[in-house]
Amino acid sequence: MSGEIFYAAAGIGRKVRATALVASDGFSARYDLDRVRGVFSRPEHKLAGQSYLGRVLVLDAAKGGVATAWMLHEMKARGVMPAALVLNRANPIMAQGAALADFTMLSGFDCDITKAIRDGAEVEVVPGGERPFIRMV
Amino acid sequence: MRGGEFGPLRQWAIEHQIKVGTYLGAIDFVPVTQAHIMADTESLGRAGVEWLEHWTVLPLAQRRVRIPTITDPRGTDFAHAQKLKQQTWMLELERRAIAAFEALGVLMTDTCINYQTIMPPVRGEHVAYGDTGVVIFCNSVCGARSNFEGGPSALSAGLTGRTPRYGYHLDAQRHATFVVELSSTPRELSDWGVLGGLVGRLAGDYSQVPALVGIDRVPGTDELKHFGAALASFGSVALFHIAGVTPEAVRFADVIAEGSALPTHAIGEADLRAFQARYASDIGAVDLVVFSAPQLSLMEMRTLAGLLDGRNADIPLFAVTSPQVKPDCDRLGLTARIEAAGGTVLSGMCFYQSYAREMAEANDWHRLATNSAKLVNIIGGYGYRPVLLSMAQCVEAACAGGKLVARTPS
Repeated sequence: MSGEIFYAAAGIGRKVRATALVASDGFSARYDLDRVRGVFSRPEHKLAGQSYLGRVLVLDAAKGGVATAWMLHEMKARGVMPAALVLNRANPIMAQGAALADFTMLSGFDCDITKAIRDGAEVEVVPGGERPFIRMV
Repeated sequence: MRGGEFGPLRQWAIEHQIKVGTYLGAIDFVPVTQAHIMADTESLGRAGVEWLEHWTVLPLAQRRVRIPTITDPRGTDFAHAQKLKQQTWMLELERRAIAAFEALGVLMTDTCINYQTIMPPVRGEHVAYGDTGVVIFCNSVCGARSNFEGGPSALSAGLTGRTPRYGYHLDAQRHATFVVELSSTPRELSDWGVLGGLVGRLAGDYSQVPALVGIDRVPGTDELKHFGAALASFGSVALFHIAGVTPEAVRFADVIAEGSALPTHAIGEADLRAFQARYASDIGAVDLVVFSAPQLSLMEMRTLAGLLDGRNADIPLFAVTSPQVKPDCDRLGLTARIEAAGGTVLSGMCFYQSYAREMAEANDWHRLATNSAKLVNIIGGYGYRPVLLSMAQCVEAACAGGKLVARTPS
């Protein structure tokens, strides 16, 4: 499926290219991350123990509370940050956090994006333009 | 505002709202009457506090919020920070954040139960609330209209007096998307949280609106508080309906979109018990007991004081309430009764928003008992092993040196 383009309903931030970290699980900066060490820390999370630094996180749905809206900004300031967030289903908090932090995010696909993108693949995320998209390169 | 006529802060705020609204498909703005900001310093970090501070040098007219704007719990109770072994830098960061918010005209209410204590919204009132528990309660029980507004967006709403019109500001988004048939109505507050967790897992995302049928009585405010907080936490859900109870579902048909056939799920007593048992069922003792998330109402504090009368907690027991409830607890003797039994009453904070990981490391806390399903959902990510019990079972554990003597049923 290399090169296949997956269009999103919405995108924000800048174009990025990085390695994908993929799981069929949710995302919340407060609930799921050790933001000091830069790893997923919630024991039940499918990415528990894995580093998210510089990775394009491809996950299912936004979860949890409102803290992510500040935390993306705080993580970016310390450089302990994923490269982008790609979700099947976002919630307003992720959009608000991405807007404050100038962080790259896509959401809303015709397919299950966690099945479409291979874990470890090099991907390009293009949030601008009329049709935001992600593709493996 | 976009042109900068009202200063750079309001210009930033409206541009932020346009970005967010564009992403989420808003067609325009809706005026809002109140804003509620989640902004503990663990979330803000130094970068967030400095970002707030850089606006405080603006002239008064350019930096003050336009509508009543209040705050969610802070990251400490200064009176008890030493007992919690919070570090000096944490307290200093909190003081700086407080000073910055006050300079922007924000009222430091430091509460996630403003719907019980400050100014509950009314049906149809458009607001911009942070804290998912606040949003879901006010949308569902009060019939107000809010999306989850994270700190930057709630602050923006306070500054502009409006918010992008998407999601739960729109009639079409407020219909039920699935039905839950209950064969067992929860009794304990912890069970209402368990029910919220179960329904939240069924929901899965922000667009889902569960409608509950089969509840055999009218639940109380604290019960719906725990249910909603857990539902929002586990499911990222912002609105629920209960047939015959919540204002938009007085007639159940009103929340069902015309012609829709909704998926239906059944939940019974066995499901409640199985969900509760998921949390650290293999540990025999806990290091501390925490009542928090959401902050306790006066009635919860009264119940807790009654359970602790004549007892002695052998391990740390924290009861976290709001700065509005705490003075009444003091005046009515509830604080004294809880603290005479070895407990500590904390005010204006929330346990998981208060550098929970650092507190665990400083105090050698690993295993935590609580009656809050929301807290068990969150605190695992901070390195704790949580156990979900009823309030009475938590007290029993605290008074037995942490030993868990009665796990299920609650």
